[in-house]
Amino acid sequence: MSDNILVTSLDEALKWGTGKSLWPFTFGLACCAIEMMSAMGSDYDWARFGSDIFRDSPRHSDLMIVSGTVTKKMAPRIRRLYDQMAFPKFVISMGACASAGGPYVRGYSVVDGVDQVVPVDVYVYGCPPRPEALIQALKMLQDRIVAGKVKH
Amino acid sequence: MEDRVIEINFGPQHPSTHGVLRIKVKLDGEIIVDAQPVIGYLHRNAEKLAEMGSYPKGMIYIDRLDYVAALNMELGYVLAVENLMDVQVPERAQWIRMLMVELNREASHLIWLGTHGLDMGMLTPFFYCFRERERILRIFDEITGSRLLYNYFAIGGVYSDITPKAIEMIKAWTDDFGSKLEEIQSILGKSYIYVSRTKGVGVLTAEDILSYGVTGPMQRASGIKRDVRKNSPYLYYDRINFDVPSRTEGDVYARFLVRIEEMRQSIRIVKQVLDKLPQGDFYNKKYSKPMLVRLKTTGESYVPTESPKGEFGIHLIGDGSSIPYRVRIRSPSFANLSSIPTMLKGYKIADLTAAVSSIDPVFGEVDR
Repeated sequence: MSDNILVTSLDEALKWGTGKSLWPFTFGLACCAIEMMSAMGSDYDWARFGSDIFRDSPRHSDLMIVSGTVTKKMAPRIRRLYDQMAFPKFVISMGACASAGGPYVRGYSVVDGVDQVVPVDVYVYGCPPRPEALIQALKMLQDRIVAGKVKH
Repeated sequence: MEDRVIEINFGPQHPSTHGVLRIKVKLDGEIIVDAQPVIGYLHRNAEKLAEMGSYPKGMIYIDRLDYVAALNMELGYVLAVENLMDVQVPERAQWIRMLMVELNREASHLIWLGTHGLDMGMLTPFFYCFRERERILRIFDEITGSRLLYNYFAIGGVYSDITPKAIEMIKAWTDDFGSKLEEIQSILGKSYIYVSRTKGVGVLTAEDILSYGVTGPMQRASGIKRDVRKNSPYLYYDRINFDVPSRTEGDVYARFLVRIEEMRQSIRIVKQVLDKLPQGDFYNKKYSKPMLVRLKTTGESYVPTESPKGEFGIHLIGDGSSIPYRVRIRSPSFANLSSIPTMLKGYKIADLTAAVSSIDPVFGEVDR
């Protein structure tokens, strides 16, 4: 099938479309969620990059931004929300806490990294990352989707 | 037909929970019979981790309590430490602290106003509020070097002085923020839908307020005119003029008006502080950075401060080592949130988001 010109071109178009129309999921956990709101707010306006419609239901969205500390109480809920999202779905781990536990890594109730719960495509460092960093992560994810380098 | 009560879950993932709140709501048709908040989805051991390092190290966990008003949190901690160790703070540092705290109060209330608009189904106030908030954050970026979590207040002063450029930025901001605030207020306050959805909703009487220990704008909206800045002044709040707004209705609309008026008063305070800002040191030279980690003390201290959410205080106990024995956090959002069962009982399910967002809960602070 991959030799077929028509199917290959359609596949390319599909990848391009997926990358340029990511619908993020309104899902804030902690401090980073405020910077995520700044990124979608007036000054940074990340609708410019084709990812504007924040959806409140996991079933409508295809990008989950884990923005904040993942606790042991919240981790099963994150997995459940991730399972409820329809394919194709992508995850950005925003900030030190979501990526590796951050300053709370010694705490008894904190999961050290959301990648123990859901597969992560792009990690963003910072505590909290500036909105520019989140936008860079979004661009990076889009480029990888268009290039076909995402795993799932 | 007796057993008509159904139980639904609100959260922990919901756009109107302002974080990770879960409320177990019991409904009889549309009427809320019972509502119990379930918290702990963001419990990240701030108190215990602050007790594991030296006194200045605890600051990073205090910073992340109420992350939309981080400087107010830092202020509570440094005041408690300074009270415990009898640290003298230069006058300029105290005025700088007041300036920064009031600016952060504005930023916090702007976030509340924007998200409250979102909860009421309006997208426009969110963008207006974030536009104004970004201006304040640019001032913070200029002074402290970061946007959201600053770690700016140090024991014995502040980490860096205010630059002339920052003062210019603050002056430009104070000059036209008042009219912008008017504009934002008119979007909500002149909307018939907003007013009719908030008037008479989520009423808390003065007795409820006192029995739950609710503080801050919620308390003042219910007729109890109490503000820590006025009643037991810290920093130099006794040297400047400002009013404490209050209402008697105790509903969501009254809380909205009280918060808006508080923002006006904060502009007044910022203007006065800029006039009175003296020259001098911005930190106590005795408490240089290598000294800070070796601070040792015994005794207890509790200093209440007025954070944007209410009375915030830290109860510190020192046991003679360089690590605090106990860091107990009195967080206003936790007490305010506990009033949910009373506040929601008897109202319709559609009033739930209005009432919950009028609390202005921040979960870093509730769950600690």
